[in-house]
Amino acid sequence: MLNVSIYRYNPEVDAEPYMQDFKVDTQGKDLMVLDVLEKLKTEDPTLVFRRSCREGVCGSDGMNISGKNGLACVTPLSEAVKKNKLVVRPLPGLPVIRDLVIDMSQFYAQYEKIQPYMINNSPAPAIERLQSPEERAKLDGLYECILCACCSTACPSFWWNPDKFIGPSGLLQAYRFLADSRDTATEERLANLDDPFSVFRCHGIMNCVQVCPKGLNPTKAIGHIRNMLINSAT
Amino acid sequence: MANIRTMSFDAVIVGGGGSGMRAALQLAQSGYKTAVITKVFPTRSHTVSAQGGITCAIASDDPNDQWQWHMYDTIKGSDYIGDQEAIEYMCQTGPEAIFELEHMGLPFSRTEEGRIYQRPFGGQSKDFGKGGQAARTCAAADRTGHALLHTLYQGNLKNETTFLNEWFAVDIVKNADNAVVGVVAINIETGETVYVKSKATVFATGGAGRIYASTTNAHICTGDGIGMALRAGFPVQDIEMWQFHPTGIHGAGTLVTEGCRGEGGYLINKDGERFMERYAPNAKDLAGRDVVARSMVLEILEGRGCGPDGDHVYLKLDHLGEETLNAKLPGILELSRTFAHADPVKEPIPVVPTCHYMMGGIPTNVDGQALTIDKEGNDQVIEGFYACGEAACVSVHGANRLGGNSLLDLVVFGRASGMFIEKQLREGINLKDASEADIEAAMAGLNRLNGSSDGEKASDLRTELQTIMQNYFGVFRRGDYMQEGIKKLEELRPRIENVALDDKSNAFNTSRIEALELQNLLEVAEATAITAEARTESRGAHARDDFKERDDENWLCHSVFFPAEKRVGKRGVNFTLKTREAFEPQVRTY
Repeated sequence: MLNVSIYRYNPEVDAEPYMQDFKVDTQGKDLMVLDVLEKLKTEDPTLVFRRSCREGVCGSDGMNISGKNGLACVTPLSEAVKKNKLVVRPLPGLPVIRDLVIDMSQFYAQYEKIQPYMINNSPAPAIERLQSPEERAKLDGLYECILCACCSTACPSFWWNPDKFIGPSGLLQAYRFLADSRDTATEERLANLDDPFSVFRCHGIMNCVQVCPKGLNPTKAIGHIRNMLINSAT
Repeated sequence: MANIRTMSFDAVIVGGGGSGMRAALQLAQSGYKTAVITKVFPTRSHTVSAQGGITCAIASDDPNDQWQWHMYDTIKGSDYIGDQEAIEYMCQTGPEAIFELEHMGLPFSRTEEGRIYQRPFGGQSKDFGKGGQAARTCAAADRTGHALLHTLYQGNLKNETTFLNEWFAVDIVKNADNAVVGVVAINIETGETVYVKSKATVFATGGAGRIYASTTNAHICTGDGIGMALRAGFPVQDIEMWQFHPTGIHGAGTLVTEGCRGEGGYLINKDGERFMERYAPNAKDLAGRDVVARSMVLEILEGRGCGPDGDHVYLKLDHLGEETLNAKLPGILELSRTFAHADPVKEPIPVVPTCHYMMGGIPTNVDGQALTIDKEGNDQVIEGFYACGEAACVSVHGANRLGGNSLLDLVVFGRASGMFIEKQLREGINLKDASEADIEAAMAGLNRLNGSSDGEKASDLRTELQTIMQNYFGVFRRGDYMQEGIKKLEELRPRIENVALDDKSNAFNTSRIEALELQNLLEVAEATAITAEARTESRGAHARDDFKERDDENWLCHSVFFPAEKRVGKRGVNFTLKTREAFEPQVRTY
């Protein structure tokens, strides 16, 4: 039997959060953490978590799994269980709504701040805007972000300044548009980021890189933005 | 008394996936007060899982490509019960809709010329089937759905669409004239129930693959729009037509794109034989999905399946080389390593046909207006009610959808619905207000659930329903089995209607949502079962052991399921093209 310890908090019932222990029969299978949660929910329907695609592309089930942020649906027990124990908590640093569900408004607000959409005010051609494979390759490792918030909620700088520091996820997306040969708002985008907090609160701790379930590298993208900011100032 | 809060909009879109956000974008750009109700944050919608691409004749791979060829393929693929007028509209308008997405920033893969990269997909041809395999599926690596969905969300942010994120629509509100005037919805975070009033209500609620035990679909694909429409007494069309995707990962059900076969991968049985050469000598592994799925099941049934239980076949990719796989199919490498513990660079992926797509849905015209059928058999528009995307049956897929056509469907008809509603709003929509009793009627199901005191667990009932559908209404179907399945569903109905809700709390109560979803699954399952039993022929995805042939004399038509009497009627297929003479039904071979 696997020992599972889960963070529980229902604002209507609980004065404060607590850890609840369960025992789960995994029948020796290397289940995903999400499978374990689904199994537990059939026994205790009050257990609450988000989930959708169950294949690591929708970003719903980011949570803190035995101390590391990740997606429950693509984290196998073999990676998460230590000494026959699995510990599941909500992503850290943001308010908890209930159990493993966090309030992501602040995370989304930072995403919206970077103007996460193509800006190109020149008249669109009758077909697509042309882009060479080399130009397009610059977007690889950037556009794949699934907004799961594993990175930003693993970042001490984001914990301190979630309202002022864009955070790794938002900055990865900021660079996705800066790097796009079709986008023409580079100056405007850089000007919006040019303050002591938005970008420069990144101290290169690299927790974001360590936890990203898609294998992306926000720190590298932030480095590119820093360079662009410095170059545009000179 | 229905003493709940009312929120009013010009247009409300239920569903934040591709079609819903495309419709919302159109309306937000027009300046009308528009809201999207979505039970998950929009980028968590199931469109995100679409992999291989969006099929459209943009003439990049082949400068001489023609949308008429795409139209021909789609009509043939539908086994001739796709509406030709709608297919013509989709294939002709498609390029415009794709270029708009590109201009919005969708990061398509590129050719050396800088144009959008297109790959071959199943059922594609040049020159009306005479010119060999076409490469018509526009792709962003193997993450096209993700790229498309995020781009649409970004477009909506830019245009300041109102999102009611993590709200769940419970039931339709109808006025005294039987017109749709909004929905009752729950704010999942707070538990508050609200009447969301609207002049135009668009259902973009996606599919319902979760009626089956084995599906590529996300947990959230529970047919909520279909369930609501049926409970409101509105009919659904061709709901027996379910696509089983040839390549779901064995055991996990997760999708492996047809693009794998488009890039040169192929299926093998336990003897290592490329068996599709026997079933479809020309198109081989790129025959229609229904054809490939059936061939795989036959291989397994005849003892040539792979693995210790012989219950799957293999998809071979290693001969494509690591470099191609990394460039073209990076997401598949990731999925296969995670869920099949197989590295496609070195070994084949175990796959099995898996429920993937609902061809049927709410019948609509090309403007997205939902239809019912009157006593004389004529189409009647349901005032105030629209549908697009997988929830709708417009019908461009007929009895079998071609790969890459679902993304095109949702973009083209999300856009068309938005444009039409914009025009109607400009001209003025006047629907009678709902009375207190009308709103109360839409809350009846929720009130009953909230008052439940005993009953069985939702999770147990859901498993039972999924097992019935899997066993009795799968890839191959038979009358006597299906009648047994229908009986089992009849027995299940009172138990599901009496489902337990032990957790009565308000804050983020996902048990309540899952119980409501279960009721929607039941409506879809029952409509599927009764209609499948009624269609006494084999056509497209609907393959019957007891009626092996297509029967054009009796069934070259849509089925229409009327929920009040649980009756199956027929509706004519549209054979009127604007640009040329119609395509007459032919024997369908690949």
